[in-house]
Amino acid sequence: MLRLAPWLIVILLVGPILAGLTMAVLPAFGYLPALGGHAFSLEPWRLLLAQPGLARSVGVSFASGLITTAISLAVVLLFLAGVSGSRLDRWIRRLVAPLLSIPHAAAAFGLAFLIAPSGLLSRLVSPGLTGWERPPDVLIVQDPWGLSLMAGLIIKEIPFLLLMCLAALPQLDPERRVAMARSLGYRPTTAWLKVVTPSLYPLIRLPVFAVIAYATSVVDVALILGPTLPPTLAVSILVWFNDPDLSRRFMASAGAVLQLGVTAAALIAWWCLERLVARLGRHWLARGGRGSGDLPLRLAGKGLIGLATFTAFAGIAGLALYSIAGFWRFPDALPQGLTAAHWLRALPALAGPVATTALIAIGATLIALALTLAALENEQRTGRQPAQGRLLSALTLLYLPLIVPQIAFLFGLVVVMESLGTRPTHALVIFGHLLFVLPYVFLSLAESYRRFDPRWSQLAVSLGASRNGAFWRVRLPLLLAPLLTAAAVGLAVSIGQYLPTLLLGAGRVPTVTTEAVSLAAGGNRRVIGVWAMVQASLPLVGFVIAVGLPRLLWRNRRDMRGSP
Amino acid sequence: MRLLVTAIALSLILVPPAAADSWSQVLDEARGQSVYWHAWAGDTRVNDYLEWVKRQVRDEHDIELVHVKIDDTGAAVSRVLAERSAGNHDDGSIDLIWLNGENFAAMKENDLLFDPFAERLPNFALTFPEHNPEVVTDFTLPTEGYESPWGKAQITFYYDASEVGDEPPRSMTQLLTWAEANPGRFTYPRLPDFLGSTFLKQALIALVDDSDALYEPVAQSDFEDVTAPLWEYLDALHPHLWRSGRQFPANGPELRRLMADGEVALAFTFNPAEPAAAVADFELPETTRSYVLDGGTLGNVHFVAIPFNSPRRAAAMVVADFLLSPEAQARKQDISVWGDPTVLDVTRLDAETRALFEQERDNPALLAPEALTETLPEPHPSWMTALQDAWQARYVGR
Repeated sequence: MLRLAPWLIVILLVGPILAGLTMAVLPAFGYLPALGGHAFSLEPWRLLLAQPGLARSVGVSFASGLITTAISLAVVLLFLAGVSGSRLDRWIRRLVAPLLSIPHAAAAFGLAFLIAPSGLLSRLVSPGLTGWERPPDVLIVQDPWGLSLMAGLIIKEIPFLLLMCLAALPQLDPERRVAMARSLGYRPTTAWLKVVTPSLYPLIRLPVFAVIAYATSVVDVALILGPTLPPTLAVSILVWFNDPDLSRRFMASAGAVLQLGVTAAALIAWWCLERLVARLGRHWLARGGRGSGDLPLRLAGKGLIGLATFTAFAGIAGLALYSIAGFWRFPDALPQGLTAAHWLRALPALAGPVATTALIAIGATLIALALTLAALENEQRTGRQPAQGRLLSALTLLYLPLIVPQIAFLFGLVVVMESLGTRPTHALVIFGHLLFVLPYVFLSLAESYRRFDPRWSQLAVSLGASRNGAFWRVRLPLLLAPLLTAAAVGLAVSIGQYLPTLLLGAGRVPTVTTEAVSLAAGGNRRVIGVWAMVQASLPLVGFVIAVGLPRLLWRNRRDMRGSP
Repeated sequence: MRLLVTAIALSLILVPPAAADSWSQVLDEARGQSVYWHAWAGDTRVNDYLEWVKRQVRDEHDIELVHVKIDDTGAAVSRVLAERSAGNHDDGSIDLIWLNGENFAAMKENDLLFDPFAERLPNFALTFPEHNPEVVTDFTLPTEGYESPWGKAQITFYYDASEVGDEPPRSMTQLLTWAEANPGRFTYPRLPDFLGSTFLKQALIALVDDSDALYEPVAQSDFEDVTAPLWEYLDALHPHLWRSGRQFPANGPELRRLMADGEVALAFTFNPAEPAAAVADFELPETTRSYVLDGGTLGNVHFVAIPFNSPRRAAAMVVADFLLSPEAQARKQDISVWGDPTVLDVTRLDAETRALFEQERDNPALLAPEALTETLPEPHPSWMTALQDAWQARYVGR
């Protein structure tokens, strides 16, 4: 049974994506019998290439993928280099969870409200400092270069990459590496960058690729912060798919295939950059500079991560304030009055979606946990450790759902599911969420599981326990903290899913996120504020349990409480 | 022979009028069914109204209505299309769609709609279609009973009187002069948004000498020639718009948010009651006022339709009929509920029913009911598509 687990995972993840992609590629070349497309042609591509501003759409998508990733990664590495071993380390670890639990769309709304000419920052200093009685007519949010889009993405990708780094770091033993380098005279930050980074990067390479893929194809954040004339490619595709003119479905499918190409091109470009940096970095390492610019580097790391964290929380605070605001217009720094009306109106509608969200998230997470544990336990018993960081290892398949843009295969997947005769149900939505929950759960748990000291199980077996007994009674309790963290990550991923829920559930499975997005279409910031708070608080509950439960259960066993 | 006469006589006695009979059959069949209604859910007031409809049809007809909340009607059309692609012809997931214009035209053209049903609804007669052609015409296309009217919309401008004063621009030419004098204080949603498209059509109707061509398919006229004055107008207008016309809001709600934030001082909407409702909701300042351009503005009717593969058509028809009942229409028109104008011909209803539709008149943000008498009909839907493409080719990516 256990031996089947890895195969089951691969089939579950790869099958739907390949099937969905096929159903996107066929219409891209003119084949879609339901709309009268019976012959293959290049017409959809001709139409696509004739779209005004297409080159610019592609350019912004491509650039935001690379720039977002480069800046987020640089900030995370600089920060880690600067604080390694200090008490700040633990503080930032505590902040990672709430930051990760803020849904992308909510963070984007928060940022948009923060930096807009009529936004919170501008209101705080107007008209006192600026003399503005009316908001200045300057273009900040949704700028044509995608800068605000990249800022919004960076804020959300920093905590993700930080979590991935923190998970990978312990096996590198960074303290001893840095101590060794410092004994040779290297300054602390330079030492970390020179002796830890080169070993750390291969371990976080796939998460970095996932960030590139996400940033090139994101829809919700780009709708809120991205450029508009033209929008990014992914947003254009969504508009074409929803166009009342059904013949545009062909062009939309061609766009989806193009999106796949843009994401692939961004990944290849990054791979080339990796080579370049590795080559230049080798000289930098071999030159043996002990670090003259150590302090500026450390300050930059702390400052930038502080800025990103502050921005995320300030944006959310602005939305929270809006959810209880009466009339509040530029240039008032605070609302003229507070009211519970927006919350009272939303409350009766909350129960159903919250229950559905919880049911789906818990269902998908439990299945993902079971499959992940089975695969990892199988790995332990057969003694095969998959190669890490190599592009062609089996682990890469796990990343497929994170690397192939959702918009490229989800529309096709709906057609496949319909032809198989499955009707939209909670079960189908759970299956759809599993595509995205499983990779994250696996990634969160794998490292702790593999690093688990095998002597504990050996000891249990030598005392007469069966292998299964050792698994249930020794290994699982000892791994409770990382198990719960992985579950919390899985819950957060499931709760945030929009397109899979909407498309596979045919809209009949209302979750907090689908409600929030459809209400956001009304543009009422007070309503958005209410739903963003609800949407952000659900994953937070998961993280609180993940941190709190081990402390409660093991209150007299210090080393089993897990970090932090 | 006597037998035959008896049989005919008996049949006359026993068989009630055919229509009533078939409707009671529909009501019977509908009992206990669920209806999945895909409807845009961007407005909490619309959602609250649908909650009320849900309770009513449960109590009156034993129908379980589910409001499937969507942010774009095109997504529902996509769904029906995906189901047909997959060969699902009788067990669709959508029973009712709220739509009009392009979405209706597309679904009808691709045979994605159920047989004509509107005339079979008893309450449909209250719209008096013979006197009100707009309830059976959707953007110039005859509905032929494939959709049932639900509510009305008309372009309504609103402004902040504390800034604009009492003299807002009342025509397209005045609007240009006003924008030149108040740079950055007006904008319109970018195309292909339907409110933005409507603004272009409104301008086009005002700027062309002869608007007859607009009510025929666009292929029958010289598009470049007819629309030349429009592009000249927009080229002159854009530098004076919000963000100098380099950026536009995505849709009507975003335009309203710009008003709420004080970024613009003049805006427009399709729902005549929206500004007053937004004032009540603390969104817009109390100095907000509404008006309609001289010579009237574009208006249209929005409908509900049943997809071809809905397995619960009877219940969907009963819900569509309930939506047309005076009770439901009057509640929908109530400004404190939603404020969507009724499609019933109130002047032809009996006095008692008419009393249900009395409007409150002292809300300063609300449009006077007589302002909506001047309604311009929507051009042929092909113009909308052509204008969208031309606008994008002209202003996107520059």
